[in-house]
Amino acid sequence: MMALATRIGAGLRSTLVDVGAAARLFGSLLARSPKALARFVLVREQVFYLGNRSLSIIGVSGLFVGFVLALQGYYTLQRYGSAEAVGLLVALSLVRELGPVVAALLFAGRAGTSLTAEIGLMKAGEQLTAMEMMAVDPVQRVLAPRFWGGFIAMPLLAAVFSAVGIIGGWLVAVPLIGIDAGAFWSQMQGGVDVFADVGNGVIKSLVFGVTVTFVALLQGYTCSPTPEGVSAATTRTVVLASLAVLALDFMLTALMFSI
Amino acid sequence: MQSSRYDAWVGFFVLIGGAALLFLALKAGNLLSLNFDETYQVSARFDNIGGLKARAAVKSAGVVVGRVESISFDDKTFQAKVVLNLHKATLFPKDSSAKILTAGLLGEQYIGLEPGAEEKNLASGDVIRQTQSAVVLENLIGQFINSKASDMGSAAPASGSKP
Amino acid sequence: MNPLATAPLIELRNVSVGYGDRVILNGVNLKLERGKVLALIGTSGGGKTTVLRLLGRQLRPISGQVFFDGQDLAPLSLPELYAVRRRMGMLFQFGALFTDLSVFENVAFPLREHTDLSESMIRDLVLMKLNAVGLRGARDLLPSEVSGGMARRVALARAIALDPDLVLYDEPFAGLDPISLGVAARLIRDLNDALGLTSVIVSHDLHETFEIADEVAMIANGQVVAQGTPEELRHSDDPLVRQFVGAQADGPVRFHQPARPVAEDFGVSA
Repeated sequence: MMALATRIGAGLRSTLVDVGAAARLFGSLLARSPKALARFVLVREQVFYLGNRSLSIIGVSGLFVGFVLALQGYYTLQRYGSAEAVGLLVALSLVRELGPVVAALLFAGRAGTSLTAEIGLMKAGEQLTAMEMMAVDPVQRVLAPRFWGGFIAMPLLAAVFSAVGIIGGWLVAVPLIGIDAGAFWSQMQGGVDVFADVGNGVIKSLVFGVTVTFVALLQGYTCSPTPEGVSAATTRTVVLASLAVLALDFMLTALMFSI
Repeated sequence: MQSSRYDAWVGFFVLIGGAALLFLALKAGNLLSLNFDETYQVSARFDNIGGLKARAAVKSAGVVVGRVESISFDDKTFQAKVVLNLHKATLFPKDSSAKILTAGLLGEQYIGLEPGAEEKNLASGDVIRQTQSAVVLENLIGQFINSKASDMGSAAPASGSKP
Repeated sequence: MNPLATAPLIELRNVSVGYGDRVILNGVNLKLERGKVLALIGTSGGGKTTVLRLLGRQLRPISGQVFFDGQDLAPLSLPELYAVRRRMGMLFQFGALFTDLSVFENVAFPLREHTDLSESMIRDLVLMKLNAVGLRGARDLLPSEVSGGMARRVALARAIALDPDLVLYDEPFAGLDPISLGVAARLIRDLNDALGLTSVIVSHDLHETFEIADEVAMIANGQVVAQGTPEELRHSDDPLVRQFVGAQADGPVRFHQPARPVAEDFGVSA
C-alpha cells in the first residue's frame, strides 16, 4: 500500500517537475525572442521548412475535406429542402473549426515530427552542447527561430486549408451536383461573419501554432540523446500536440462561439 | 540583413496565405457588405422576446437597417427592454411598430420595423410604442387545444357522447 | 597573453562533483600553466570528461572552486560566462559539426555569431583556419560527406576560429586510422605551440598522447592518483599507474567483475 502511494507521489512529482521545466523553457523562448527575431533570416528559413514544405499536404487534404463536406452536407440539407445552404455549411465548418484544427493536426504530424527529430538528433550529436561551449545560446539560435517560423506558418496554412476546402466544396456542389452558383456564394456571404468566424478561426490557428510548435521543440530539446529517445520523442510530439489542439479547440470554441 | 536562398519561396508562401485569408474575408465572409455607418439608439418594450438575441438584425421591408444592441429585463414594468442601433441614414416615423419575426421555419429571430404615418421621426433615445411580441409555440398549441376542446364541448350535446 | 605571467591558466581547487548519490570527483586538485599541454588519462567513467565539463562550467562542483585565468567560474552571470567561453575552444569526441552547414559555414559559425567582421574578412579567416588543419580544399563539403578524421579536423579549425586561450579535447584520437591519428596528434601539438595555446587532452591513446603532452594527470576513483611528465608516469612505482601504462589485464583494476564463486555457477568443487 505504501509502495503504491510512494509510486504515485513520485510520479506526480516528476510530472510537476516536467511541467515546471517546460514552463521555464517557454519563458526563456519568449525572453530570447527579440534577439532571435532581429536575425530574421533564420526565421524566414524556418518558415520555408515548416510552411512551404507543408503546403502540398495541406492543400490536398483541404481539397478532399471540402469535397466530403459538400457531399455529406448536401445529402442531409436536401432532406429539409435547404440544399442551397451547402455553401454556408462548408464555409462555416471550415473557417470556424476544420481549417484551424485539421491544419494543426497535419502540421503536428509533418512539421512537428521533423522539428522534434532534428533537435533530438542535434542533441544526440552534441551539437547543442558544442554551441553552448561556443558561447551561443541554443535556445536563441536554434529553438526561437523555429518557434516563430511555426507561429507565422500556422495561420497561413490554416487559411489555405479553408480556402482550398471552400473551392473544393464549390467544385462538388456546383458543377457536380448542380446547385445554383449564385445561391451557393450568397448564402455563404450572408452567414459567414469576417470578425466572428474568420477572425476567430485565425485566432485559433495562432493558438494552435504556438502549441504545436512548442510541444515539438520541447520534446526534441528534452529527449534522451539516443536513437530510442529520439523516436519516442517524435511519437510523443504527435500524441501530445494532437491532444492539446483538440482540448484547446473545445475551450476556444466554448469561449468564442458561446451564445 | 543576410539573404537566404529560400527567400523567394517564403515570399510565395506568405502571398498564398495572404491571398487565402483575403479570399475567406471577401468571398466567403461579409467584409464587403459590412456597414460601418454611424447609428442612433432607440428602445422598445416587449412582453416576450422569444429567441431574440443581441446582434440580431433589425429589418424593414426585408432590408437590414440596424442591429439589436442589448436585451434587458425591466423589473418595474416586467417587460423586456430591447435597445436597437439603427443606421443614421434610415429614419422612421415616431409611430413605427416593431415586431419579432422569424426568418424561415427554423430560422433565427429578428426585429421587423414597420413605418408609421407621423411626420416627426424617431430620434436617439426615443421609445417605440407599438410592439408585438414573439410567437411562443406553447401558447399557440395551448390556444389550439382550448379552441378544439370548446368546439368539441359545444358539439357534445348533439352527439350525446362524452368527449 | 603575457609571456611573463606565471599564474596558472586553469586551476581546480579541492573540487568535488557528482550526480545525485554518485560522487565522480572527490577533492581534486589540478593546475595547468599557459602554453602547456596536459593529458588526462584514466579508467572509463573515471571523471576525465567531467574535468572538461567543469572547466567550461557545464557542470558545477558540489564543493571546491574552478578557476580560469584567475577567475572563479562559479559566481559568473550568463553573459560573463559566455565571455569566458569565447576564450575557450572545445573539440567534441566525434566533432559535433552542425550537420546542416557546410565545412566552411561550420568554421565560420563562431565568427558570424560573435564578431561583426565583413564577409571577406570572415572568408579569409575561415580559409586560414582550414589551411592550418589541411582542409582548405574541403570547404564546400557537408559533414555527411567527410570522413571521421576529416570531421574532427574541421571541428578543430572551428574550435580555434576565435583564437582562444584554452582548447579542450575530448577523446580526439578515438576511432581514427593510424595516419589520421598521427596527423591529429601533430596538429594538436603544433597549433598549441604556434598559436600560444594551452591544451587539455582527454584520451585513452597513451602512445600518441605521451608523445605530445608536457604533463600527464591520471584520474581514478575520483582522485588524481598520479601527476607528472610522461617520463615520470612511464617509470612510476604506483601499481595502478603501472597497470594502466603497461596495459596489463589484471592489477588494481580487477579483470573479473565481482560475482558468485566459480563452484556455485559451474557446480564444480573448487
